[in-house]
Amino acid sequence: MENTLLDKVAEKLKTQFGDGFVSSSMNVDYPEFVVKRDIICEVVDFLYKDEELAFQYLTTMATIHYPENQGHEFAVMYQLHNLPKNLRIRIKIVFSSSDVNVPSITSVFSAANWMERQEYDFFGIIFRGHPNLKRILNMDDLGYHPMRKEYALEDGTREDKADKMFGR
Amino acid sequence: MSKDKNTNKNQELIEEKEYSTLNLGPTHPATHGIFQNVLKMDGEIIMDSEATVGYIHRAFEKLAERRPYYQITPITDRLNYCSSPINNMGWHMTVEKLMGIEIPKRVQYMRVIIMELARIADHVICNSVIGVDTGAMTGFLYIFQMRERIYDIYEELCGARLTTNIGRIGGLERDFSPKAWDLLDKFLKDFPPALKEFENLLMRNRIFMDRTVNCGPISAERALNYSFSGPNLRAAGVDYDVRVMNPYSSYEEFDFIIPVGTQGDTYDRFMVRQQEMWESVKIINQAIAKIKKEPAGVYHADVPEFFLPPKEEVYNNMEALIYHFKIVMGETEIPKGEVYHAVEGGNGELGFYLISDGGRTPYRLHMRRPCFIYYQAYAEMIKGQMLSDAILTMSSMNVIAGELDA
Repeated sequence: MENTLLDKVAEKLKTQFGDGFVSSSMNVDYPEFVVKRDIICEVVDFLYKDEELAFQYLTTMATIHYPENQGHEFAVMYQLHNLPKNLRIRIKIVFSSSDVNVPSITSVFSAANWMERQEYDFFGIIFRGHPNLKRILNMDDLGYHPMRKEYALEDGTREDKADKMFGR
Repeated sequence: MSKDKNTNKNQELIEEKEYSTLNLGPTHPATHGIFQNVLKMDGEIIMDSEATVGYIHRAFEKLAERRPYYQITPITDRLNYCSSPINNMGWHMTVEKLMGIEIPKRVQYMRVIIMELARIADHVICNSVIGVDTGAMTGFLYIFQMRERIYDIYEELCGARLTTNIGRIGGLERDFSPKAWDLLDKFLKDFPPALKEFENLLMRNRIFMDRTVNCGPISAERALNYSFSGPNLRAAGVDYDVRVMNPYSSYEEFDFIIPVGTQGDTYDRFMVRQQEMWESVKIINQAIAKIKKEPAGVYHADVPEFFLPPKEEVYNNMEALIYHFKIVMGETEIPKGEVYHAVEGGNGELGFYLISDGGRTPYRLHMRRPCFIYYQAYAEMIKGQMLSDAILTMSSMNVIAGELDA
């Protein structure tokens, strides 16, 4: 079932968006599709409105930071769900840390509002077109985006604690 | 010219007079947690509102990136602390899914029992708090004893009552003791009459219905667009339940129904939770019957690299000592991969999105916290309602600060 879903969605995205579609793969659990960043809102909207696919439930979204991936430091993952048929897929966009502007999908899903604010708060991803893009869980004057990998959890200036001794 | 100025000023004055700003919270007793809502009021009617959250944010996702898999369990306890075992099991099942570990049937049924008890505890506190907010303290005082009885069972299973930390990756830390089975039997005997009594107090109560029917309603369409899940979504009329749609822990073998509402208002949310408690009792009884058919004494899968061995073995057995140290130092290897696993938490779909790079800590762990997702609809739900309805709407949504702020 998953493989047919993988092929079907890949086929549709390819026909609809051409070059905008980058790749598809089967993950441990759900099919995953990578698309170009600038068309993410159109892709989500297309998957929402397509009668056959009808991915009308945004389960969650998350940002992943890969500092070693030169030129592709950030990825944003959207997990969509078709409730009646119980199909789940992931859509990913990958982009560089030099330009962290991403189109907002709040026009399709109201649920994306706080989710995008959370990603902005923790990773500093700027969602273009978001109605109220400000920090949500951290204080407003924090000054940096703490979930990025360069910010260590522990105080880096401490010398009395050797991290490797504590399983960290 | 000057006349115009005056008119403008008057207009401003009128506007200022018409709407008043009211800070509901952050530490208001009726919010049952630390939430701030800035309300724009026209008399008693809420015209607009804005929620501020994050007062108890503890950086769970960041913490998780620095902890071995084994040590993440205790931080999941602190998400929805009214039903912490469900969070624990959700996390364990995520790692098991990534590693492809097969769990023995008996352990799965034991997990089902623990999770359904947690669901009952969660719904008991939510529904009795709805009662308190409508002025009925009695129900709260009586039904709360039942939650204490559930906590007694937890205490017998793992030694803790609130932040339970029940279970390990691969199963449970220890078998149910005979005393735990006794407590469970007694609970199953005493809970239904208590629940019936609670229902008699509120279900057809005129005051309660007047206060809750049409209070904070949301349509099925809006609820889906807001990614609602759990009882809040089902109250709006959508029969989405993770236990049925994506069964985990052998839920597909159990016979239970998904209660749904129609209006998506406070009364429906109350009723859905109420009926779910009956279904949970049914599930627990079935699970006990199933466990009796399974070989006794099995309480974990065979994954020594994840399972802290019993202390006496650590002292006397070299293998056990090695595993003990490997686990405590977080040296166990996890396959690379990306996985999402969801469980039906006390208030909705609780999902863990985990990326492993093969290291000893997750590369990225994102938690889909149901509270966080549906609290953003609060402003829309209370618009045009009375202030007292806003209080009821919040308690009926079962928003829990620990999970919202994570």
